[in-house]
Amino acid sequence: MHWSLIVYCGVITFLTRFSMIFLLKEDIFNDKTKKILSFVPAAIFPAIIFPPIFLDNIGNLDLDNNPKIYAAIIAIIAGYFSKNIIATIFAGLISYWFLIFIILN
Amino acid sequence: MNKKLKTLAKGIFDVSPLMIPVFPFGIIYGVIGMELGIGPYMTLGLSIIIFGGASQIILLQLFSGGASSLVILSSVGAVNSRHLLYGAVLSEHLSTLKLTWKIILSYVMVDQAFAVSNTYFKNNRKNKDKHYHLLGAGFTCWTIWQISTILGIVLGSVVPKELGLGFTISLTFLALLISDFRKFKNIIVMLTSGIVATIGYNTIPFKAYIIVAALSALIVATLLTLTDSKKK
Repeated sequence: MHWSLIVYCGVITFLTRFSMIFLLKEDIFNDKTKKILSFVPAAIFPAIIFPPIFLDNIGNLDLDNNPKIYAAIIAIIAGYFSKNIIATIFAGLISYWFLIFIILN
Repeated sequence: MNKKLKTLAKGIFDVSPLMIPVFPFGIIYGVIGMELGIGPYMTLGLSIIIFGGASQIILLQLFSGGASSLVILSSVGAVNSRHLLYGAVLSEHLSTLKLTWKIILSYVMVDQAFAVSNTYFKNNRKNKDKHYHLLGAGFTCWTIWQISTILGIVLGSVVPKELGLGFTISLTFLALLISDFRKFKNIIVMLTSGIVATIGYNTIPFKAYIIVAALSALIVATLLTLTDSKKK
Protein backbone atom coordinates (compact mmCIF):
# COMPACT_ATOMS: atom_id res chain seq x y z
CA MET A 1 0.00 0.00 0.00
CA HIS A 2 1.17 3.50 -0.81
CA TRP A 3 0.95 6.37 1.63
CA SER A 4 -0.60 8.40 -1.19
CA LEU A 5 -3.67 6.12 -1.18
CA ILE A 6 -4.05 6.63 2.57
CA VAL A 7 -3.79 10.40 2.15
CA TYR A 8 -6.40 10.40 -0.64
CA CYS A 9 -8.75 8.33 1.51
CA GLY A 10 -8.12 10.78 4.35
CA VAL A 11 -8.94 13.72 2.10
CA ILE A 12 -12.18 12.09 0.87
CA THR A 13 -13.21 11.30 4.43
CA PHE A 14 -12.44 14.83 5.54
CA LEU A 15 -14.35 16.35 2.62
CA THR A 16 -17.50 14.37 3.43
CA ARG A 17 -17.34 15.82 6.95
CA PHE A 18 -16.27 19.34 5.97
CA SER A 19 -18.24 20.08 2.78
CA MET A 20 -21.68 20.56 4.31
CA ILE A 21 -20.39 22.53 7.29
CA PHE A 22 -18.44 24.74 4.89
CA LEU A 23 -21.14 25.19 2.26
CA LEU A 24 -24.37 25.41 4.21
CA LYS A 25 -25.69 28.07 6.54
CA GLU A 26 -28.59 25.93 7.54
CA ASP A 27 -29.85 22.41 7.09
CA ILE A 28 -31.21 21.99 3.54
CA PHE A 29 -31.96 18.27 3.45
CA ASN A 30 -35.63 17.41 3.59
CA ASP A 31 -36.94 14.67 5.83
CA LYS A 32 -37.10 12.12 3.04
CA THR A 33 -33.45 12.64 2.06
CA LYS A 34 -32.48 12.34 5.72
CA LYS A 35 -34.50 9.18 6.09
CA ILE A 36 -32.71 7.68 3.08
CA LEU A 37 -29.26 8.78 4.28
CA SER A 38 -30.01 7.23 7.65
CA PHE A 39 -30.04 3.88 5.82
CA VAL A 40 -26.40 4.25 4.74
CA PRO A 41 -24.93 2.03 7.51
CA ALA A 42 -27.60 -0.64 6.90
CA ALA A 43 -26.86 -0.42 3.17
CA ILE A 44 -23.09 -0.68 3.42
CA PHE A 45 -22.08 -2.67 6.49
CA PRO A 46 -23.69 -5.96 5.31
CA ALA A 47 -21.54 -5.72 2.16
CA ILE A 48 -18.56 -5.91 4.52
CA ILE A 49 -20.15 -8.49 6.84
CA PHE A 50 -21.52 -11.10 4.43
CA PRO A 51 -18.74 -12.11 1.99
CA PRO A 52 -16.14 -13.17 4.62
CA ILE A 53 -18.81 -15.25 6.40
CA PHE A 54 -20.42 -17.00 3.44
CA LEU A 55 -17.46 -17.33 1.09
CA ASP A 56 -14.36 -19.49 1.53
CA ASN A 57 -10.79 -18.41 0.79
CA ILE A 58 -11.19 -18.73 -2.96
CA GLY A 59 -14.58 -17.03 -3.04
CA ASN A 60 -16.91 -20.04 -3.37
CA LEU A 61 -20.14 -20.20 -1.42
CA ASP A 62 -19.51 -22.21 1.75
CA LEU A 63 -22.76 -23.23 3.45
CA ASP A 64 -21.89 -26.70 4.81
CA ASN A 65 -21.10 -26.70 8.51
CA ASN A 66 -19.62 -23.26 8.23
CA PRO A 67 -18.76 -22.18 11.82
CA LYS A 68 -18.87 -18.48 10.85
CA ILE A 69 -22.54 -18.74 9.88
CA TYR A 70 -23.46 -20.39 13.19
CA ALA A 71 -21.41 -17.89 15.18
CA ALA A 72 -22.94 -14.95 13.28
CA ILE A 73 -26.45 -16.26 14.04
CA ILE A 74 -25.57 -16.50 17.73
CA ALA A 75 -24.18 -12.94 17.60
CA ILE A 76 -27.38 -11.67 15.96
CA ILE A 77 -29.51 -13.32 18.65
CA ALA A 78 -27.25 -11.91 21.38
CA GLY A 79 -27.44 -8.44 19.78
CA TYR A 80 -31.20 -8.58 19.36
CA PHE A 81 -31.80 -9.32 23.02
CA SER A 82 -28.93 -7.49 24.75
CA LYS A 83 -28.81 -4.41 22.45
CA ASN A 84 -25.19 -4.30 23.58
CA ILE A 85 -22.36 -3.95 21.05
CA ILE A 86 -19.64 -5.62 23.12
CA ALA A 87 -21.89 -8.51 24.17
CA THR A 88 -22.69 -9.09 20.49
CA ILE A 89 -19.03 -9.21 19.43
CA PHE A 90 -18.04 -11.51 22.28
CA ALA A 91 -21.01 -13.84 21.85
CA GLY A 92 -20.00 -14.28 18.21
CA LEU A 93 -16.29 -14.64 18.85
CA ILE A 94 -16.56 -17.05 21.76
CA SER A 95 -19.06 -19.28 19.96
CA TYR A 96 -16.79 -19.21 16.89
CA TRP A 97 -13.79 -20.32 18.96
CA PHE A 98 -15.91 -22.95 20.68
CA LEU A 99 -16.94 -24.30 17.26
CA ILE A 100 -13.55 -24.30 15.55
CA PHE A 101 -11.47 -25.48 18.50
CA ILE A 102 -13.82 -27.95 20.23
CA ILE A 103 -16.79 -29.07 18.13
CA LEU A 104 -15.38 -29.17 14.61
CA ASN A 105 -11.82 -29.93 15.61
CA MET B 1 -14.12 27.42 35.42
CA ASN B 2 -15.00 29.59 32.44
CA LYS B 3 -17.82 28.87 30.00
CA LYS B 4 -15.60 27.49 27.22
CA LEU B 5 -13.81 25.02 29.45
CA LYS B 6 -17.10 23.99 31.02
CA THR B 7 -18.62 23.28 27.60
CA LEU B 8 -15.49 21.41 26.54
CA ALA B 9 -15.65 19.28 29.68
CA LYS B 10 -19.35 18.62 29.07
CA GLY B 11 -18.48 17.33 25.60
CA ILE B 12 -15.87 14.96 27.03
CA PHE B 13 -18.29 13.81 29.73
CA ASP B 14 -21.22 13.26 27.32
CA VAL B 15 -19.26 11.19 24.80
CA SER B 16 -17.40 9.03 27.33
CA PRO B 17 -20.00 6.25 27.66
CA LEU B 18 -19.96 5.85 23.87
CA MET B 19 -16.23 5.12 24.03
CA ILE B 20 -16.80 1.71 25.62
CA PRO B 21 -17.49 -0.06 22.29
CA VAL B 22 -15.02 2.17 20.39
CA PHE B 23 -12.10 0.93 22.43
CA PRO B 24 -12.33 -2.77 21.49
CA PHE B 25 -13.14 -1.76 17.90
CA GLY B 26 -9.85 0.18 17.78
CA ILE B 27 -7.96 -2.79 19.19
CA ILE B 28 -9.54 -5.09 16.60
CA TYR B 29 -8.62 -2.63 13.86
CA GLY B 30 -4.98 -2.53 15.05
CA VAL B 31 -4.77 -6.33 15.23
CA ILE B 32 -6.23 -6.70 11.71
CA GLY B 33 -3.81 -4.11 10.33
CA MET B 34 -0.92 -6.12 11.69
CA GLU B 35 -2.37 -9.45 10.49
CA LEU B 36 -2.71 -8.08 6.97
CA GLY B 37 0.93 -7.08 7.13
CA ILE B 38 0.77 -3.34 6.44
CA GLY B 39 3.01 -2.74 9.46
CA PRO B 40 2.67 -0.60 12.58
CA TYR B 41 3.32 2.81 10.98
CA MET B 42 0.68 2.47 8.28
CA THR B 43 -1.81 0.92 10.69
CA LEU B 44 -1.47 3.93 13.00
CA GLY B 45 -1.14 6.29 10.02
CA LEU B 46 -4.60 5.29 8.81
CA SER B 47 -6.07 6.02 12.23
CA ILE B 48 -4.52 9.50 12.27
CA ILE B 49 -5.03 10.47 8.62
CA ILE B 50 -8.45 8.93 7.98
CA PHE B 51 -9.80 8.71 11.54
CA GLY B 52 -12.87 6.63 10.70
CA GLY B 53 -13.16 3.02 11.82
CA ALA B 54 -15.45 1.72 9.07
CA SER B 55 -13.46 3.42 6.29
CA GLN B 56 -10.17 2.10 7.63
CA ILE B 57 -11.43 -1.49 7.80
CA ILE B 58 -12.92 -1.28 4.30
CA LEU B 59 -9.63 0.10 3.03
CA LEU B 60 -7.74 -2.84 4.58
CA GLN B 61 -10.23 -5.44 3.40
CA LEU B 62 -10.32 -4.19 -0.19
CA PHE B 63 -6.57 -3.70 -0.29
CA SER B 64 -5.90 -7.25 0.89
CA GLY B 65 -8.42 -8.49 -1.72
CA GLY B 66 -6.43 -6.76 -4.45
CA ALA B 67 -8.86 -3.95 -5.28
CA SER B 68 -7.68 -0.95 -7.30
CA SER B 69 -7.12 2.47 -5.75
CA LEU B 70 -10.16 3.92 -7.53
CA VAL B 71 -12.45 1.25 -6.10
CA ILE B 72 -10.97 1.69 -2.63
CA LEU B 73 -11.41 5.47 -2.82
CA SER B 74 -15.02 5.30 -3.96
CA SER B 75 -15.87 2.65 -1.36
CA VAL B 76 -14.37 4.83 1.37
CA GLY B 77 -16.35 7.76 -0.02
CA ALA B 78 -19.55 5.70 0.00
CA VAL B 79 -19.09 4.63 3.62
CA ASN B 80 -18.47 8.22 4.60
CA SER B 81 -21.43 9.67 2.71
CA ARG B 82 -23.37 9.56 5.99
CA HIS B 83 -21.17 12.42 7.21
CA LEU B 84 -22.82 14.68 4.63
CA LEU B 85 -25.94 14.30 6.70
CA TYR B 86 -24.12 15.10 9.94
CA GLY B 87 -22.54 18.19 8.38
CA ALA B 88 -25.87 19.41 7.04
CA VAL B 89 -27.56 18.91 10.40
CA LEU B 90 -24.79 20.71 12.33
CA SER B 91 -24.26 23.51 9.77
CA GLU B 92 -26.80 25.90 11.32
CA HIS B 93 -24.93 25.76 14.63
CA LEU B 94 -21.47 26.15 13.15
CA SER B 95 -22.06 28.56 10.24
CA THR B 96 -20.74 31.64 12.08
CA LEU B 97 -17.44 30.04 13.06
CA LYS B 98 -14.09 30.87 11.47
CA LEU B 99 -12.74 28.57 8.76
CA THR B 100 -10.02 27.18 11.07
CA TRP B 101 -12.69 26.06 13.53
CA LYS B 102 -14.73 24.46 10.77
CA ILE B 103 -11.66 22.53 9.59
CA ILE B 104 -10.73 21.32 13.08
CA LEU B 105 -14.30 20.35 13.98
CA SER B 106 -14.79 18.54 10.64
CA TYR B 107 -11.72 16.42 11.27
CA VAL B 108 -13.17 15.09 14.54
CA MET B 109 -16.84 14.90 13.50
CA VAL B 110 -17.24 11.13 13.89
CA ASP B 111 -20.50 9.27 14.58
CA GLN B 112 -20.27 9.34 18.37
CA ALA B 113 -19.23 13.01 18.60
CA PHE B 114 -22.00 14.00 16.19
CA ALA B 115 -24.59 12.10 18.22
CA VAL B 116 -23.86 13.79 21.55
CA SER B 117 -23.03 17.28 20.24
CA ASN B 118 -26.09 17.46 18.02
CA THR B 119 -28.24 16.86 21.09
CA TYR B 120 -26.27 19.44 23.08
CA PHE B 121 -26.53 22.06 20.30
CA LYS B 122 -30.29 21.65 20.09
CA ASN B 123 -30.69 22.12 23.84
CA ASN B 124 -28.17 24.96 24.23
CA ARG B 125 -28.80 27.25 21.28
CA LYS B 126 -27.93 30.36 23.30
CA ASN B 127 -24.46 29.21 24.36
CA LYS B 128 -22.23 31.00 21.86
CA ASP B 129 -19.31 28.73 22.76
CA LYS B 130 -21.30 25.58 22.13
CA HIS B 131 -18.80 24.40 19.50
CA TYR B 132 -16.42 23.61 22.36
CA HIS B 133 -18.74 20.71 23.11
CA LEU B 134 -17.98 19.12 19.73
CA LEU B 135 -14.29 19.89 20.20
CA GLY B 136 -14.28 18.02 23.53
CA ALA B 137 -16.37 15.12 22.30
CA GLY B 138 -14.43 14.83 19.03
CA PHE B 139 -10.98 14.85 20.55
CA THR B 140 -12.05 12.35 23.19
CA CYS B 141 -12.98 9.98 20.35
CA TRP B 142 -9.71 10.80 18.60
CA THR B 143 -7.60 10.06 21.68
CA ILE B 144 -9.40 6.80 22.46
CA TRP B 145 -9.13 5.72 18.82
CA GLN B 146 -5.36 6.33 18.66
CA ILE B 147 -4.67 4.63 22.01
CA SER B 148 -6.75 1.58 21.10
CA THR B 149 -5.12 1.38 17.66
CA ILE B 150 -1.68 1.32 19.29
CA LEU B 151 -2.81 -1.36 21.75
CA GLY B 152 -4.13 -3.38 18.81
CA ILE B 153 -0.81 -3.01 16.97
CA VAL B 154 1.05 -4.31 20.02
CA LEU B 155 -1.42 -7.17 20.47
CA GLY B 156 -1.49 -7.93 16.74
CA SER B 157 2.20 -8.67 16.72
CA VAL B 158 1.74 -11.42 19.35
CA VAL B 159 -1.76 -12.83 18.69
CA PRO B 160 -1.60 -16.14 16.77
CA LYS B 161 -3.36 -16.22 13.39
CA GLU B 162 -5.19 -19.45 14.33
CA LEU B 163 -7.62 -17.43 16.44
CA GLY B 164 -9.25 -16.29 13.20
CA LEU B 165 -9.56 -12.69 14.34
CA GLY B 166 -10.43 -11.66 10.79
CA PHE B 167 -13.92 -12.84 11.67
CA THR B 168 -14.14 -10.00 14.21
CA ILE B 169 -14.46 -7.55 11.27
CA SER B 170 -17.79 -9.11 10.36
CA LEU B 171 -18.80 -9.31 14.02
CA THR B 172 -17.90 -5.70 14.75
CA PHE B 173 -19.92 -4.33 11.85
CA LEU B 174 -22.76 -6.67 12.71
CA ALA B 175 -22.70 -5.32 16.26
CA LEU B 176 -22.86 -1.74 14.94
CA LEU B 177 -26.17 -2.61 13.28
CA ILE B 178 -27.96 -4.09 16.30
CA SER B 179 -30.26 -1.08 16.61
CA ASP B 180 -31.53 -1.91 13.09
CA PHE B 181 -32.44 -5.53 13.88
CA ARG B 182 -35.90 -4.58 15.13
CA LYS B 183 -36.85 -2.49 12.10
CA PHE B 184 -38.34 -4.48 9.26
CA LYS B 185 -37.30 -2.04 6.50
CA ASN B 186 -33.73 -1.97 7.71
CA ILE B 187 -33.62 -5.77 7.67
CA ILE B 188 -34.68 -5.75 4.01
CA VAL B 189 -32.03 -3.13 3.20
CA MET B 190 -29.38 -5.14 5.07
CA LEU B 191 -30.27 -8.39 3.32
CA THR B 192 -30.19 -6.69 -0.09
CA SER B 193 -26.72 -5.33 0.56
CA GLY B 194 -25.37 -8.58 1.98
CA ILE B 195 -26.76 -10.83 -0.72
CA VAL B 196 -25.66 -8.57 -3.59
CA ALA B 197 -22.17 -8.32 -2.08
CA THR B 198 -21.86 -12.09 -1.59
CA ILE B 199 -23.03 -12.91 -5.11
CA GLY B 200 -21.07 -9.99 -6.58
CA TYR B 201 -17.84 -10.68 -4.73
CA ASN B 202 -16.51 -12.76 -7.63
CA THR B 203 -18.78 -11.64 -10.43
CA ILE B 204 -18.62 -7.85 -10.17
CA PRO B 205 -15.37 -6.60 -11.72
CA PHE B 206 -12.70 -4.52 -9.95
CA LYS B 207 -13.86 -5.62 -6.47
CA ALA B 208 -16.57 -2.98 -6.76
CA TYR B 209 -18.97 -5.25 -4.88
CA ILE B 210 -19.26 -2.93 -1.87
CA ILE B 211 -20.32 0.03 -3.99
CA VAL B 212 -22.73 -2.02 -6.12
CA ALA B 213 -24.22 -3.65 -3.02
CA ALA B 214 -24.54 -0.33 -1.20
CA LEU B 215 -26.19 1.38 -4.17
CA SER B 216 -28.64 -1.51 -4.67
CA ALA B 217 -29.53 -1.41 -0.99
CA LEU B 218 -29.94 2.38 -1.04
CA ILE B 219 -32.29 2.09 -4.03
CA VAL B 220 -34.34 -0.39 -2.02
CA ALA B 221 -34.22 2.00 0.95
CA THR B 222 -35.39 4.86 -1.26
CA LEU B 223 -38.28 2.79 -2.63
CA LEU B 224 -39.29 1.75 0.88
CA THR B 225 -39.15 5.37 2.09
CA LEU B 226 -41.15 6.70 -0.86
CA THR B 227 -43.87 4.04 -0.77
CA ASP B 228 -44.18 4.57 2.96
CA SER B 229 -44.75 8.32 2.69
CA LYS B 230 -47.39 7.82 -0.01
CA LYS B 231 -49.46 5.78 2.39
CA LYS B 232 -49.68 8.65 4.87
